[in-house]
Amino acid sequence: MEAQCINIIETMASCLVRGGTDPGLAQFLSIALGVLVVTLLPLILVIIFIWLERKIAARVQDRIGPNRVGPFGLLQNVADAVKLIIKEDITPAGADRLIYNAAPVIAILSVILVWGVIPYSPIHIGADLGIGVVYVVAVGSVGTLAIMMAGWSSNNKYALLGAFRVVAALVSYEVPMILALLVPLMIAGTMSMQGIVEAQQGMWFIVSAPIAALVFYISNLAETGRAPFDLIEAESELVAGYNIEYSGMKFGLFMASEFLHSFTANLLFAVIFLGGWSGPFVQQVPALGFVWLMAKTAVPYLFTLILRATIPRVRIDQMMAFNWKFLVPVALVNVLLVALILKVVQELGLSPSPENATDFVANVPQALILLVANLIMGVIVLNMLRNQGRRERMADQARMLRTVEQDKQIVPSAAR
Amino acid sequence: MLELNAQTIVFFIFSLLTLGGALGVVTNRNLIHGAIYLIISLFGGAGLFVLLSAPFFAAVQVLVYIGAIAILIIFAVMLTRSMTQLREVFNRQWWASALVGLLLFGLMLVGVILPVWGTGGSNADSPVSELTATTQDLGVALVDGNQYVLPFEVASLLLTAAMIGAIVIAREDD
Repeated sequence: MEAQCINIIETMASCLVRGGTDPGLAQFLSIALGVLVVTLLPLILVIIFIWLERKIAARVQDRIGPNRVGPFGLLQNVADAVKLIIKEDITPAGADRLIYNAAPVIAILSVILVWGVIPYSPIHIGADLGIGVVYVVAVGSVGTLAIMMAGWSSNNKYALLGAFRVVAALVSYEVPMILALLVPLMIAGTMSMQGIVEAQQGMWFIVSAPIAALVFYISNLAETGRAPFDLIEAESELVAGYNIEYSGMKFGLFMASEFLHSFTANLLFAVIFLGGWSGPFVQQVPALGFVWLMAKTAVPYLFTLILRATIPRVRIDQMMAFNWKFLVPVALVNVLLVALILKVVQELGLSPSPENATDFVANVPQALILLVANLIMGVIVLNMLRNQGRRERMADQARMLRTVEQDKQIVPSAAR
Repeated sequence: MLELNAQTIVFFIFSLLTLGGALGVVTNRNLIHGAIYLIISLFGGAGLFVLLSAPFFAAVQVLVYIGAIAILIIFAVMLTRSMTQLREVFNRQWWASALVGLLLFGLMLVGVILPVWGTGGSNADSPVSELTATTQDLGVALVDGNQYVLPFEVASLLLTAAMIGAIVIAREDD
């Protein structure tokens, strides 16, 4: 009787069948267990994420952060969760009850559903869909709906205003995000998440597509409502934003989904650009892939947290102008450029063949050409930005000088 | 005939969502509720696409129709807040839409359901088409000179024209 240790889900099904359970029922039970594991994992991890975020924000601001409940304050969020659950649940008068109650559920659902297609290791994945990346984007867009529902159903001016400007921003920032995602898809030649990770065995996509990675990271910051794009919850301007009327655990769900969304976005960044689970000894010990994935996610995630505690918030018009006048054009040109160069490289025979796709050396020529092209494009873009900035400064200066001259002409005549 | 397996049950759930949502759209007096029902109906449609082994269409249905178009509709409705509690009917065109709906239903009845009706499942076991297309096939078909590259380009041109038109309309005169 050889050990069928593919993963716990499939092992359980075969064990149950051997124990005399109906095969259909055994399959159902094992899939149900898989769904439960994939769903509960982020919900438990989020408690640690919130603790981490509060600790880091505190350190940046020269505070200590939560340190009373449990060792290093680790149990603070458990205490907070208990408090949120036993708080009185208030529904505002005139609220649309059904939509009001459904909104927080949809908000956290849209984040957790993403975890179903994340490859945790070579063999651990909820479902390796052929359309993995499109699924991620589609599920993410449902989160926007939750904000709109919460803002409208609360029957509150500030909630509605907050929802309006946030939804406008979220819908806009989806455009550069999808455009940036096209680049790794083109290089990998597949939309499946597992396929993308396998295509990075030889070379991580952050090397061959740094501009796409940067655009993806920035639009993810906006999508998850992180500084400098944290207008989603602008307490100084809108009291709180779309979730102002929520109390108790419904408010807690919105908070949890926000913290979890930030981590999930960085998890996606690690999967798509940093090679996912790939690392030393993964083929021997597949479970090690999970450790590598988490370690890789920690880098952009910690950067996001420090960024949040460091920089101020942008205005909504600045946010929209940055998206439509800068990110979208850059992402568009980047897609065209990479598509062209990739085709040329493939025609010249410089791209790795399917046999040695996991070999590092075979990947070097293609990655190097793409990297150089990306760097040249980056320099050109920065140059254009600098010239534009200088032109605007000159125009400002000229306008100021003109007003001063006019004042000089007016003042003496008035004195006479 | 009809056997009751998991797939059939899921099919009935999604059909119920699609039809029930559609009914909610046309009968509801609250425009926001109507939009939410529309989303439920579209979601049911996405589920039916999954059952038909067309996951790409399911994802695109959610992304484009729920994530973009439904949000746009809700946005427009919310900007006109007094429109959320309508009691009177503003035009008398309900009979025209009923006629169009009946015509479409009849067309489907004749074209799709009648050929497989009453054959006792002998015909229903064989798929309507021999082709089982994947997402790759779809992508290739859209850029293949022998297949759909011309309609694809024409559609792109139409969308570009519509976008430029929208920008021209929205632009302030200066």
